[in-house]
Amino acid sequence: MPGSVRRVVRWGLVSLFVVVGTACGSAADVQTIFIDGSSTVGPITQAVAEEFQGSFRGARVPVGVSGSGGGFHKFCTGETDITNASRPIRKIEIELCAENGIGFVELPIAFDGLAVVTNPDNDFVACLTVEELQRIWEPAAERAVTSWAQVRPGFPDEELLLYGPGVDSGTYDYFTTAIVGEEGASRGDFTPSEDDNVLVQGIAGDRNAIGFFGLAYFTANSEALKLLGVNSGDGCVTPSPETVNSGVYQPLSRPLFIYVSLLSTEREDIQTFIRFYLENAGLLVSDVGYVALTDELYVLAIERFENRVTGSVYAGEGAMIGVALEDLLRE
Amino acid sequence: MRALRADQWNPRMGRRRRYGAIFRYATIVSTALGLLVLVVLITDVVRRGAGEIDLHFLTSFPSRFPVKAGLRTALLGTFWMIAMTALISFPIGVGSAIYLEEYAPESRLKRFIQINIANLAGVPSVVYGLLGLGLFVRNLALGRSILAGSLTMSLLILPIIIVASREALRAVPVSLREGALALGASRWQMVRRTVLPAALPGVLTGTILALARAIGETAPLITIGALTYIAFDPNGPMDLFTVLPIQIFNWVSLPQKEFASLAAGGIVVLLVVLLLANLAAVVLRNRFERRG
Repeated sequence: MPGSVRRVVRWGLVSLFVVVGTACGSAADVQTIFIDGSSTVGPITQAVAEEFQGSFRGARVPVGVSGSGGGFHKFCTGETDITNASRPIRKIEIELCAENGIGFVELPIAFDGLAVVTNPDNDFVACLTVEELQRIWEPAAERAVTSWAQVRPGFPDEELLLYGPGVDSGTYDYFTTAIVGEEGASRGDFTPSEDDNVLVQGIAGDRNAIGFFGLAYFTANSEALKLLGVNSGDGCVTPSPETVNSGVYQPLSRPLFIYVSLLSTEREDIQTFIRFYLENAGLLVSDVGYVALTDELYVLAIERFENRVTGSVYAGEGAMIGVALEDLLRE
Repeated sequence: MRALRADQWNPRMGRRRRYGAIFRYATIVSTALGLLVLVVLITDVVRRGAGEIDLHFLTSFPSRFPVKAGLRTALLGTFWMIAMTALISFPIGVGSAIYLEEYAPESRLKRFIQINIANLAGVPSVVYGLLGLGLFVRNLALGRSILAGSLTMSLLILPIIIVASREALRAVPVSLREGALALGASRWQMVRRTVLPAALPGVLTGTILALARAIGETAPLITIGALTYIAFDPNGPMDLFTVLPIQIFNWVSLPQKEFASLAAGGIVVLLVVLLLANLAAVVLRNRFERRG
């Protein structure tokens, strides 16, 4: 009987030594580029990392997705080299970075169009104006605007059911900024989900539903949903790679960013990675369902990186609606 | 006391039998309902994901192309983390259980410790994640390593191991202890040669079931910052890692439908790993029981 106990103890000790033994010769001697941040931008950076690790053997580029906010927190405390963000850095985050002496270079890498969609059985709406979208989503609409008839005279008196990304997401922040005019301000009586595929399911199964999420989720589910155009005053525009890239689809096109720590830009492997990123992003972003920037913008971004231009073009004021990225980068 | 008259004797046997039968069927229905949900869930996942599973799927790194993507880092990460968690939590958990059952005198302190261990078993796993982030990742500067993840998971499952091990130790008859002591064994000899071998099957079963819970946990690892995309093998306990549930979660959230079937494939693999763990528990128990 004691033999069994002894055996368990012996195996435990053996495996402990193996583990401790392997621990000593690891990790520290390999250079790793630490990246975290937005789950929207994650797939793009993962695609770039995949290609980069294919071209440069031995490179280690892991990517986490703790969200734009969580990513900035880790970035500004010096835990990561690069952070992904689906919105510009906020004032308090800039202050946190400054407190810890972390300078950063802000680089736009792609566009994301926000798609406004309904159920395919909805036959009365094809396009909504920004004012109508505001009427639907503003805080005052809570329990007040509950019928399609209230959105536009002539629409049937059917129940209005709303779906949208969770209030912690950068997508929600951008939509409320662009449509309601104030970041984070919206009615509370809508069905939120952090998982956009859940929103797709919800809208696809609900005749009277309307909702919004990233264009990639519409493209992957186009047969189950109906895409609406958005009229911001110059006629109805439907989001597509072309209208998002050219900036015609307004105000629901947003730029996506990576932020590089100034300290990390001194590392040669990180310089190589950023150049690789900006040179190949144009091809790679469409693989994962996003819209590439124009070639000129990528050139401007590379210049910005090579000159180590620090700070945010948005100065912590949040996304600017309808301001061309090119003008901001040229300033 | 008044004597009962014969016409008052009414056992109502028919009604009692009927109630008995109804209750029996009610229990059968509850069991069947639970099983039905499980069967539906498993067949649905297997139907969607079984086609994805091949050697390539198990040995490839994650990729943006669904056909190229695989579970390699997640599988390796899960094995590393579970092995380390077992090494850390087993000695500490069983040690505490032995102290509480065999050595600790009955006192207010012991009762206080017991209540707290029982409470800890019910704390949501995210809370352990936050503790792990503050203590292991930041204060002890272990970073987002396998070691930090395993220590966090150990904290999470320690209460379960301690409770299960104490149950197993308590099931050992007092007469065995008294017999050993009467023969002149010291307390340590008594524990090592008599009590532990007799309790070992129960202790191991409890430990492996606790580890199985750790295999399926995501929240605490996401909190401590385990990563989602890693395209290199972990080469030691201080290396970065990801685990199966995180990889599945990542695939589920992508827009392209092909990744949903990959996620289903990943779930099947996770189920198989869990099943193997439970099987190991049964085999170990039988082996030690036969000897004991």
